[in-house]
Amino acid sequence: MTVLQLVGLIAVLLAGTSVVFIGDPLRQTMVLGIYGIALTFLFFTFQAPDVALSEIVVTSIGLPLIILAALRKIHQHARRQETDGDE
Amino acid sequence: MSRQVRLGVFGLAGLGLAAVLLIGFGGLPAFGHAHELYGALVNRTEDKLRHATDVVTALNFDIRAFDTLGEEFILFASVTGVALLLRHLRDEEDEDEGEQTPGIEEHRFAGASEGQKLVSLILIPLIVALGAYVVLHGQLTPGGGFQGGVVLAAGPVAILLAGRYLSMKAVAPKRLAESADAVGAAAYALIGLGGLIFAGTYLQNPLPLGAPGHLLSGGMMPLNSAAVGLEVAGAFLVTWTEFLDQTLIGPPSGQAG
Repeated sequence: MTVLQLVGLIAVLLAGTSVVFIGDPLRQTMVLGIYGIALTFLFFTFQAPDVALSEIVVTSIGLPLIILAALRKIHQHARRQETDGDE
Repeated sequence: MSRQVRLGVFGLAGLGLAAVLLIGFGGLPAFGHAHELYGALVNRTEDKLRHATDVVTALNFDIRAFDTLGEEFILFASVTGVALLLRHLRDEEDEDEGEQTPGIEEHRFAGASEGQKLVSLILIPLIVALGAYVVLHGQLTPGGGFQGGVVLAAGPVAILLAGRYLSMKAVAPKRLAESADAVGAAAYALIGLGGLIFAGTYLQNPLPLGAPGHLLSGGMMPLNSAAVGLEVAGAFLVTWTEFLDQTLIGPPSGQAG
């Protein structure tokens, strides 16, 4: 195992654990992106550039856009219910 | 079910899982010593049989092209499911309504700063060029239809980041994205049919292989890659547009449910 592979494995370990233990979904989305980049690095050091390329496109634009849109929708919904409750 | 019962069930299942995992890990080869026969054979024969310099693409789009057909239709079916569900939620009657709305200021994503707009505008042509490059060079370097397709779909999204969601819908209208998704999926299946007609087996390569390392090499791989790229770009655009329609220009969620 090379040093780079070890660094990649540790980065994935730390980032993955952080994603699980962060409570706030918005922050979680950002840390998920960091986790994805760590995974990309890991795949690259393990000589799988095709997988690394897939991972980086999905983790940097594919997933966050959908999660952020869903979070925004949930916020809109919650805000609307609050204002409905006040009336 | 009380907490204790649940913990008990979890404990039992966890023990079983741990046991299976431990036995499984014990049977794994040591780090860096996995030498599968299939991989060794493909690595040794691929460049002579298929003339592609990226073995992964050769596997995806030729040697095991049938697997990719299945994967492609998994993506197609999931995107169709997402679109059906979200349009039903929005109670959509006229699907072109958003595209005909002229007022660009009306949507609710106008918070982009001047710097963000500038960077997005510079990035749009670069993203599209990179996407096309990745799709077309799949048989030569790492990449191919899937990765390039997502990059291509990100081009219109950069317009959204510039704060112009409705311009994004003008560049990539829903109907165009849907067509790209469907045409790409159909093209892949039809290329397979071409193999059946001209080479005798479904998805067998009927085209000349070309010189290794040249853009037009690997027989049908560039065609398959382009088909998948079109499908993936369409699929991601349809999904993103559906999600963004829900939050940015859809009717109030209180009415839509």
